[in-house]
Amino acid sequence: MKKKPTTVAFRGTKEQEEKLLAVIEKHKDEMGKMMPILQEAQEIYGYLPIEVQKIIARETGVSLEEIYGIISFYAQFKLNPDGEVAIAVCLGTACYVKGAGELIEAIEQELSITSGSTSADGKFSLEATRCIGACGLAPVLTVNGEVYGRLTKKDIPGILAKYKA
Amino acid sequence: MEMVNVTINGISVAVPKGSTVLDAAKQIGIDIPTLCYLKEINEIGACRICLVEVQELRGATLGPKRMVTSCVYPVTEGMVVTTNSPAITASRKMNLELLLSNHNKECLSCVRSTTCELQRLCQEYGVNENRFKGAVTESGLDLSSPAIVRDGSKCILCRRCVAACRNMQGIGVIGANNRGFDTVIGTAMDGTQASTSCINCGQCIVACPTGALTERDDTDKVFEALGDPTKKVYICIAPSVRAQIGECFGYEPGTDVEGKMVAAVRRLGFDGVFDMNVTADLTIVEEANELLGRLNNNGVLPMITSCSPGWIKYCEHYFPEMTENLSTCKSPQQMFGALMKTYFAEKEGIDPEDIFFVSAIPCTAKKFEVGRPDQSAAGVPDVDVAITTRELGRMINRAGINFKALADERFDTPFSRGSGAGIIFGATGGVMEAALRYAAEVILDKKLESVEFPEVRGVEGVKLAAYKLGDLEVKVAVASGTKNAKELLERVKSGELDVQFIEIMGCPGGCVNGGGQPYQPASVRNSIDLRAVRAAVLYKADAATDLRKSQDNAEVMALYREFLGAPNSHKAHEILHTSYIKRGL
Repeated sequence: MKKKPTTVAFRGTKEQEEKLLAVIEKHKDEMGKMMPILQEAQEIYGYLPIEVQKIIARETGVSLEEIYGIISFYAQFKLNPDGEVAIAVCLGTACYVKGAGELIEAIEQELSITSGSTSADGKFSLEATRCIGACGLAPVLTVNGEVYGRLTKKDIPGILAKYKA
Repeated sequence: MEMVNVTINGISVAVPKGSTVLDAAKQIGIDIPTLCYLKEINEIGACRICLVEVQELRGATLGPKRMVTSCVYPVTEGMVVTTNSPAITASRKMNLELLLSNHNKECLSCVRSTTCELQRLCQEYGVNENRFKGAVTESGLDLSSPAIVRDGSKCILCRRCVAACRNMQGIGVIGANNRGFDTVIGTAMDGTQASTSCINCGQCIVACPTGALTERDDTDKVFEALGDPTKKVYICIAPSVRAQIGECFGYEPGTDVEGKMVAAVRRLGFDGVFDMNVTADLTIVEEANELLGRLNNNGVLPMITSCSPGWIKYCEHYFPEMTENLSTCKSPQQMFGALMKTYFAEKEGIDPEDIFFVSAIPCTAKKFEVGRPDQSAAGVPDVDVAITTRELGRMINRAGINFKALADERFDTPFSRGSGAGIIFGATGGVMEAALRYAAEVILDKKLESVEFPEVRGVEGVKLAAYKLGDLEVKVAVASGTKNAKELLERVKSGELDVQFIEIMGCPGGCVNGGGQPYQPASVRNSIDLRAVRAAVLYKADAATDLRKSQDNAEVMALYREFLGAPNSHKAHEILHTSYIKRGL
């Protein structure tokens, strides 16, 4: 899956940047330094927007494209922050055959965001996940960790309404 | 050196330990086809076209046959190699067919048709273009750059461009993004090429085996101007073009075709065909005087040459704190255009607006340079279009001109003859040597006995030399390729290296190895040093001429007498000098 750039404004703080600089300082002379730097940067910021990539490029001398190449390659790296309301729709085999694709479409329509991204105000994020081990409830989704199962697309507006306030 | 004995196709050979199977085969004249491999630049065994069968010793007996990628697989003692067998051929063919399954096969009109390495292999192996049909990777066509066009649909992901940009030039604005079937060669955050710190050097283009990377083709603009009766259309041709354009017509690399080139270009219909060597000489007079001025008046030192627009943009992005070190001289191309639309227009009584001025150069970055600010001495752009050596070759072919059959002709006046100093501009160290020929005579105030400065010649990435000129010791440095330039400038910045004058060319080896030069396949690039072979043409021409110093060029002196006044005069500054931008990253 290609990753989508975020539309959420960057809200990095001075403290976060100081932490990041310390991380880079710690790893900068190691072989294969970029993976631990990116992993720890994502722990600090929750995702890896262009602003963070630029700091890493500047401090390590590694080109911005090379950094982006790594981020876009590994599933573990995120270009979008989790929303205040983080929705994850299971696309494991059972959920998929039970119509999880329709759930995603319904959420995309309802919130005007696409799977793999976060609304510009940072409120909602939507991602498709691998099997979460609740196949008996298929199709299933979670909102901030709370599980909703045996859904049809008609259930979506009702679920989202709870979080829109 | 420890040697290893191997048998390749039944022939025994001893090769140094650590050699690859590909190198070992080459030593006994066996060519193994390659695609992603570029010697010392891209050795990653990705495309799997160079597959061979090997058997290695296990104790006293040979192990089973295995297929390995010969470009990265090291030889071992007693190894038995087969480079051709039905199984190998079938594998290579299958790999090509798989590459084609995700390739835009519009070969008929592709600019790389007949020079495409993929096409050649597919033809040799008799592939079925349509064996595998299915989805294709979503990949864009990037037309944002004035110099470089990137068409992902023709990309085979060999990473030769990435290696040229990242490993050879030390820049890395392109790379592989995403994963698996979604993988594309792109820029950071999938932005446009123009939005990056790309310096337009075009080394990615000459590294590309297919039509995925090309220069922006401006030949139609030139043909259109040539067909416009209201325009006077002139062209100037850069020093190194004469040493390379023959390659577009089947000549061996290293053939000087100046006379035929002039004849062919004249037949395209230009109103004048001029020699850029003349403004190379003019650059030397201006630049050497600027250097002498900085030396005498505590100006910013070291002064760095400004002929290479790839290097200029590199400096602006990566060393913005050093733009004051750049000579303010425009490049020979831009000086030429500026003179055409001021001096020449005035002399011939032509409105500068009616002049369409073309430069033919070995460089893709010149396409960016023509659009830079502060490059319009007459209020209109100094140069209207810059075309690469390749595009000029294409124009000559399209116009149905039989290049090889033409008799030699000469350039037109008043820009008809450059000095040997101007000719060698095309090779790394050439501008430095030309400037030394000038500066030494001025400082010593007498004729030089020897005009050659061999210390600054050659293809090494960084060259250092010091010359005692009377009481003055002049320390100089030469770098070509931006990775080497970076290394040199870091040493200068740290204070480790004390020099007064630096020549930097954006491309390794200088213009003779520019990003706009004729394509040579990896099989040629891996076996001969194009930088040296092509540069030899220029040094040979320099040695053969009786006019070897810029200051002896009568056409340049006439320019000062009739128009510019003295070197670095107010008028010369207005017309021949420019300014830079601190771009940063």
